[in-house]
Amino acid sequence: MAGVRVLVGTRKGAFVLSSDAKRENWDVAGPHFAGWEMYHLKGSPVEPERIYASQSNGWFGQLIQRSDDGGATWQPVGNQFQYEGVPGTHQWYDGTPHPWEFARVWHLEPSLTDPDTVYAGVEDAALFRSTDGGHSWQELAGLRGHGSGSSWQPGAGGMCLHTIVLDPRDPGRIVIAISAAGVFRSDDGGETWRPANRGLRSGESIPDEDAEVGHCVHHVARHAARPDVLYMQKHWDVMRSDDGAESWVEVSGNLPTDFGFAIDVHAHEPDTVYVVPIKSDSEHFPLDGQLRVYRSRVGGNEWEPLTKGLPQANCYVNVLRDAMAVDSLDDCGVYFGTTGGQVYASADSGDSWAPIVRDLPAVLSVEVQTLP
Amino acid sequence: MIRVVLPVHLRDLAHVDREVQVDVVGEPTQRSVIDALEANYPMLKGTIRDPITQRRRAFVRFFACEEDLSHDPPDAPLPEAVVTGAEPFFVVGAMAGG
Repeated sequence: MAGVRVLVGTRKGAFVLSSDAKRENWDVAGPHFAGWEMYHLKGSPVEPERIYASQSNGWFGQLIQRSDDGGATWQPVGNQFQYEGVPGTHQWYDGTPHPWEFARVWHLEPSLTDPDTVYAGVEDAALFRSTDGGHSWQELAGLRGHGSGSSWQPGAGGMCLHTIVLDPRDPGRIVIAISAAGVFRSDDGGETWRPANRGLRSGESIPDEDAEVGHCVHHVARHAARPDVLYMQKHWDVMRSDDGAESWVEVSGNLPTDFGFAIDVHAHEPDTVYVVPIKSDSEHFPLDGQLRVYRSRVGGNEWEPLTKGLPQANCYVNVLRDAMAVDSLDDCGVYFGTTGGQVYASADSGDSWAPIVRDLPAVLSVEVQTLP
Repeated sequence: MIRVVLPVHLRDLAHVDREVQVDVVGEPTQRSVIDALEANYPMLKGTIRDPITQRRRAFVRFFACEEDLSHDPPDAPLPEAVVTGAEPFFVVGAMAGG
């Protein structure tokens, strides 16, 4: 019977939440890697039992874990992330040059076609790839080396490459996003890159309206059936591109605030988009203590609040950039996790919500696997 | 035979109890003990020392015989009591954070 497996990364371990297609009764397994920061877990689309996980902490550094049985057991694979050549410097918060230093893996993106190929987005920002199931990692150094790397500056969370979007039509086309450098696009499998930020406006942080880089992009999502349409939650502003990130237009429309982190697209409706508006960059919690997902069914600009089953008073959690996902069951499920440790699920495209779990450690990431 | 006491996170990672024993090639030093530890438990590579620079991680400490050896050179000989197995070599996660 079809079902779903929700992979949850938290500040203090990983959890695997499983249910049948009704998505009413849940089995909760974990914590795996108790006490470690689990920035991200993601399964291979072509071999769902293969899951990659980023495990780290401030004492003992970075590990990559791999499961070949759907998260029941794990084995550590390679954890050497060595920048190509002389890493050089980027800008520090005060504008001074700062050496590139590896801190952690923020995001793992398994290949759409090969279970042994997986991409890793890291802090300080760089993109790595493994083609042997995570045992060894090679930097795709053309990204840092394309010319603007020395001017990149960290966002408040660090200078992280947090988003990797693969193209189902062409494995050579990759879109990535870095805080706070912006979006970059490669058309040749990651060898060469160019900034893809035309149309972004970040007047609150960079004075040049047409700046090629320096934008604090929080997350980018795409629908597999229409790969040239991309949706972005920027620091402020929700944006849309209809040309594969060549250019962007703002689609914040009637959102009560256009600050936020998470954004995702309905599995079957390419124009249905979800965001979780957050009050501001100074106050990382929902407006008025009301946790509301906003949904647009027309590709942005017109948004409706989704509140049924979500706390509408005294709620001051955040929803981080990688903490929202959708399943691909007939009635699309939508999931998100909060810094308060709740993981909410909707089995009806967002019309109603219920918590799967309420009291996990702060949730860093949520991914969903739809199982046959 | 050198006795090594590991912190909880690394015991869990290596699936071992509090104390393990390692045979060291050559003179027992911080470097040779960690080399032997990583050879026996490859999953610990990169957790005690940075996998690229091989430097001790900032929040890892080495204690033995009631002394903090963390700032000794990595090739300095370990105390005789550690070499004979009378005392263990402690790998410690520094007290930091919450």
